[in-house]
Amino acid sequence: MSFFHILSLARKEFLALMRDKRSRIIIIVPPIIQLFIFGFAATYDLNDVPVAVYSEDRGGASRELLARIEGSPHFSILHQISSDAEIAPLIDDRKVLLVIRLGQRFSADLQRGDPAPLQLIIDGRNSNTAMTALNYLRDVVLDFNREWQHGHGQTGPPVKLEMRAWYNENLQSRWFIVPGIVGSLMLVVTLLVTALSVAREREQGTFDQLLVTPLRPVEILIGKAIPGIVIGLLEATLIIVLMVWFFEVPLRGSIPALYLGILLFLIATVGVGLMISSIAVTQQQAILGAFLFIVPAVILSGFTTPIANMPEMVQWLTYLNPLRYFLVIVRGVTLEGDGFALLFHQFWPMAIIAAVTLILAGWLFRHRMY
Amino acid sequence: MSARLRRLWGMIRKESLQILRDPSSISIAFIMPVILLLLFGYGVSLDAKNIPLGIVIEQPDTATQSLAGAFDRSEFFHPQRFGAIQEAQQALAERRIDGILWLRNDFSSRLLSGNEAPIGVFVNGVDSNQANITKGYIQGTWLAWLQHFAVAQGRALDLPVAMEQRIWFNPALSSRLFLVPGLIAIIMTMIGSLLTAMVVAREWERGTMEALMVTPLHMGEMLAGKLIPYFALGMGGMLLSVAMALYLFDVPLLSPFWLLMLCSALFMLVSLAIGLLISIVTRNQFLAGQVALVVSFLPSFLLSGFLFDIHSMPEWVQTITYLVPARYFVAILQTLFLAGPVWPVVLVNAGAMLLMLAILTVLVVKKSYKRLD
Repeated sequence: MSFFHILSLARKEFLALMRDKRSRIIIIVPPIIQLFIFGFAATYDLNDVPVAVYSEDRGGASRELLARIEGSPHFSILHQISSDAEIAPLIDDRKVLLVIRLGQRFSADLQRGDPAPLQLIIDGRNSNTAMTALNYLRDVVLDFNREWQHGHGQTGPPVKLEMRAWYNENLQSRWFIVPGIVGSLMLVVTLLVTALSVAREREQGTFDQLLVTPLRPVEILIGKAIPGIVIGLLEATLIIVLMVWFFEVPLRGSIPALYLGILLFLIATVGVGLMISSIAVTQQQAILGAFLFIVPAVILSGFTTPIANMPEMVQWLTYLNPLRYFLVIVRGVTLEGDGFALLFHQFWPMAIIAAVTLILAGWLFRHRMY
Repeated sequence: MSARLRRLWGMIRKESLQILRDPSSISIAFIMPVILLLLFGYGVSLDAKNIPLGIVIEQPDTATQSLAGAFDRSEFFHPQRFGAIQEAQQALAERRIDGILWLRNDFSSRLLSGNEAPIGVFVNGVDSNQANITKGYIQGTWLAWLQHFAVAQGRALDLPVAMEQRIWFNPALSSRLFLVPGLIAIIMTMIGSLLTAMVVAREWERGTMEALMVTPLHMGEMLAGKLIPYFALGMGGMLLSVAMALYLFDVPLLSPFWLLMLCSALFMLVSLAIGLLISIVTRNQFLAGQVALVVSFLPSFLLSGFLFDIHSMPEWVQTITYLVPARYFVAILQTLFLAGPVWPVVLVNAGAMLLMLAILTVLVVKKSYKRLD
């Protein structure tokens, strides 16, 4: 194996990629723009949920409860309605998510010490939004209950919950999602760069020329892998700096462990990319192949929805996905303050994926049947 | 047959043959939706069940047993006992459990002497949504137990205000019912733009565009000839996806089928037009593929309201979502499937798609001309 051979092939690959101004731009600009847009867009937190109130009660207690709901940043009362018939159109047209209904005797019941029902009608089309809104509202009602009982000399419930969240103390979605975006963007960029590298040469017929040069298949493999890894490393660094500086995601763990994770993830991704590339005959097929890998990889990584909620069989499938391990590493290092020891079981599966895909890609270079 | 029709027919025939002979287009249209819908339908779920929960009881007795029993019986939790809080916290750090319920050794004595007995609850907050759901389930189980405990002691639980909720359209709050219709929109966005993103770029790259140019074919005929076969292909994929949603995932369809298909056809045209525009502007398969990926998958996944509530995004991001066609289609699909034909929702969103289609058509026609640079 000659270092010079590898270096000159890598140099040629860089030139092929960077020569075209539009290719240069597409590798750098979209990921940064996407980080910003998605970083702000992707949140499960709800603000200003539109609410309609149907209150038949004019008592002080109902006004106080409604003031608390209005005072919460999560809700904003947009409509006051005065009949049941108005409820359906508001919810059907998605004008409001939630209708709060207070019966005539709400305040009177409360004063007498009888339970006062708070009737809620909620749009369940998006079940997660509905559940989150109900959880927010329950917090408001529990607070109200506690203070009401305190102020009226009643004893509260005998047992109380003291909730604490670890690692993401204020339960901000952004701290969870932005590290996930880092992984997804790295996957997309690296895979596309490498998936097209061999397919382009095959389509243009120059791959045969490459095979008859003194370059050995291993050297071709490494030379083709280097640009993807270098671009991925630079891009990862840039995105992580933005994540910490701009999105204020903490970086509590070991940075060397993070970089070991990045490197293993990039090599595994490049391996997959080169494998796709050497199977494909045309660039179109290569792009398709990359796509068929990227989409499931993002979905089955735990990026937006937990792996634990998937059926057993699908969970087994996720073990083949390098992004799955990498996301645990990014979140572990940023939020949980992990070092090498706690992340060991994420490192070795990526190394295995990398080894298997690279060996297969090298073999396919020579043995691909036309 | 007029000359115009004959030319158009020839172009359609050429494109159709090309589709039939290169299996990749057919696999995009038919195999991809099946695989993606299976993966997404089963893989994307927000319904937490069997949450691994550590329970630490420092002094076991009847009160703590009855409380822990309430969590054992809940379908939402999969409780594990730990002898000491340190062990449980270690398990939480190693991601073996998602939360801890800590009953200190003075729990029962405080409870029986009429003092407020606190329960320590820790949840792993990294996945904030999952943590919120876990928190909600813990509160729910706790409230139910309080009720039970009060009744056992022969008195009613005094909760001043009690929430009585009615959930419309999706009473069981099953996330699959809203995710599957949204997934159809995402899958069709990707398929529509990917299918056409490379068709014109390929002709440029292979040099066959010049051959097409010297034929009497008009630009409009060429574009229509390219679009029609891909439209048929895309609608086939769409039908397949809807069938899977109805029969495999048991999503109810509360609207007439023709309305669903009409809206889908409109959306498919918008997606194809985006792909075509990319193809015409880039004239290069590498770029076309990259751009199609960048503008289709992640934006439709994150900015369409499929998973994340658009209303809660910052104002400027909300403005950007108006440019994402999947946004309108997701709103239509979720409503058509789960709520029925609510005309204000359907008309506003279909109108927006129609406007997008008109703008895209003007752009496509403007950008395509027979010229060699």
